[in-house]
Amino acid sequence: MKALTLSNISQNPSHFRPTPAQLSKLGRALLLPLIATSLFLFLWYNAAKMIDTSLGQFPGPVEVWEQSGNLVTEHRQERQREVAFIERQEVRNAQILSTNPQADVQIRPYTGKPTFIDQIGTSLMTVLAGFFLASLIAIPLGILIGLNESVYTAVNPLIQLFKPVSPLAWLPLVTMVVSAVYVSQDPAFSKSFITSMLTVMLCCLWPTVINTAVGVSNVSKDLLNVSQVLRLPVMTHVFKIIVPASLPLMFTGLRLSLGIAWMVLIAAEMLAQSPGLGKFVWDEFQNGSSNSLGRIMVAVLVIGFIGFLLDRSMLFLQKSVSWDKTAVLR
Amino acid sequence: MKSYLQLSEVSIDFPTPKGPYRALDKISLDIAQGEFVSLIGHSGCGKSTVLNIVAGLHQATEGGVLLEDREVNAPGPERAVVFQNHSLLPWLTAYQNVELAVKRVFKGQKSKAEMKDWIIHNLTLVNMEHALDKRPDEISGGMKQRVGIARALAMEPKVLLMDEPFGALDALTRAQLQDSIMEIHADLGNTVIMITHDVDEAVLLSDRIVMMTNGPAASIGEILQIDLERPRKRVELSGDARYNHFRHEVLAFLYDRQRKVEEIGTSKKSRETSSSSTTCHAKQA
Repeated sequence: MKALTLSNISQNPSHFRPTPAQLSKLGRALLLPLIATSLFLFLWYNAAKMIDTSLGQFPGPVEVWEQSGNLVTEHRQERQREVAFIERQEVRNAQILSTNPQADVQIRPYTGKPTFIDQIGTSLMTVLAGFFLASLIAIPLGILIGLNESVYTAVNPLIQLFKPVSPLAWLPLVTMVVSAVYVSQDPAFSKSFITSMLTVMLCCLWPTVINTAVGVSNVSKDLLNVSQVLRLPVMTHVFKIIVPASLPLMFTGLRLSLGIAWMVLIAAEMLAQSPGLGKFVWDEFQNGSSNSLGRIMVAVLVIGFIGFLLDRSMLFLQKSVSWDKTAVLR
Repeated sequence: MKSYLQLSEVSIDFPTPKGPYRALDKISLDIAQGEFVSLIGHSGCGKSTVLNIVAGLHQATEGGVLLEDREVNAPGPERAVVFQNHSLLPWLTAYQNVELAVKRVFKGQKSKAEMKDWIIHNLTLVNMEHALDKRPDEISGGMKQRVGIARALAMEPKVLLMDEPFGALDALTRAQLQDSIMEIHADLGNTVIMITHDVDEAVLLSDRIVMMTNGPAASIGEILQIDLERPRKRVELSGDARYNHFRHEVLAFLYDRQRKVEEIGTSKKSRETSSSSTTCHAKQA
């Protein structure tokens, strides 16, 4: 009878009542980070008061909170102005058309300054595009290198050479090449987008290439023997044996790559003045108002938070495709 | 006796930094169709290497293997292997693991429905029909080995090669699987080569026991014909004088004539190397 009720509870989560032990575990999981964060905010608050810069006092938590509110308000206002601008044109066009139905009317796009939130969107699009492109190259390359010792020996010096190159060194070259090669009357993407994306791609290729290659070359000999005995064709061998077996390391590489991509992007945007969060930070720095430091601090926190979310989404993806549900992924 | 599988003067050298290491020296063996042959010998004597040469995973340096008068020089499903540690793909279910082999071997010969029936038939042979959708990490070691056997049988191999198939299992599970193997062998009449450490297992299952000398340059020491009528029952045989005579013969070979003297400290290490011998030899090769 007891066993029956127990199994009922485990099958039906709505009957689940946390035990004291579980409650205290939950309490610890919430309480400890809370204590640490409060301590951090307290130290930040006090330290900020002691730092005076030419742009005023270093922003404490309160100023940063205020500025984050301002940035959202500015975004809303900008959107309202855009709507109003479009409406004015529509009204004017309607008037013109009522007097002269054959008139050629058009609506000009709003060309206001991109807001903080617009810049977040731009940066996210760029980083995902660059990362996606890099993965598209890095995973097959990693598999090829991992499968074939000769390819590894041939390519390894090049990988080692390009892996430590800073994005800022690539940037001028990429910029010049993009402006020379990417010439089009009606470009689907802006040049700055292409430049940032390619820079991100060049820098975040390597962790995925290397980890995939290591994963592939460490596939258990037993599984390779199975494949040999079955005489699996190359493609079946790769997709049925090699890829699933090296998935965990592949994801390690992808997560490292995405982290690097996000860091590289901010630096590239700052240097190249291409739209995005990096440009926002640089513009605020150049702007030099008394609010600037607070606004930059908001950007810093947002950059960190987005980086964290990107990593979590990769982890989520890894968990959903991982075959080993018992593995502890964090 | 017409030989079905023939090993003629098979020798193999593994390259080492100190020059080639001769692991096997002139192994010759004729095996008839439907025969069950066990290879027994001390750890590190090259039993697994013999099996890998027949499987085609290793290439003999001298001599060669003929199956139905054709030379074996690459792995293939007509020489299916049951690996010591099951070697199931951990991301596939029992059904899918067998399916991978069946699809490969019977593509274009069987319809989808026939393949499905064949997969389930083979899993039923090893009493695993209840766990078709279980992944390897959800079933016990004995069950994994059963699925591994089903996968090998499903290839309809000409020769079934088993590399210490029950070595990692507890005694009771091992006995169950030995009984299953005897039933399947009686039904299907496969030609089987099995590597074992276990004297009882060898006597119970085999038509012939091939006893190997210690390496380096291991070769066949003696061959023992086991003339016990089938079906064999382990409990009845345990009191049978002939059975005990055969056991005695194998034990005498292993512990009197081919006694392996090892220092205590190295014995564990050598066991480890023998269990991973496939890997390390393959790396050397």
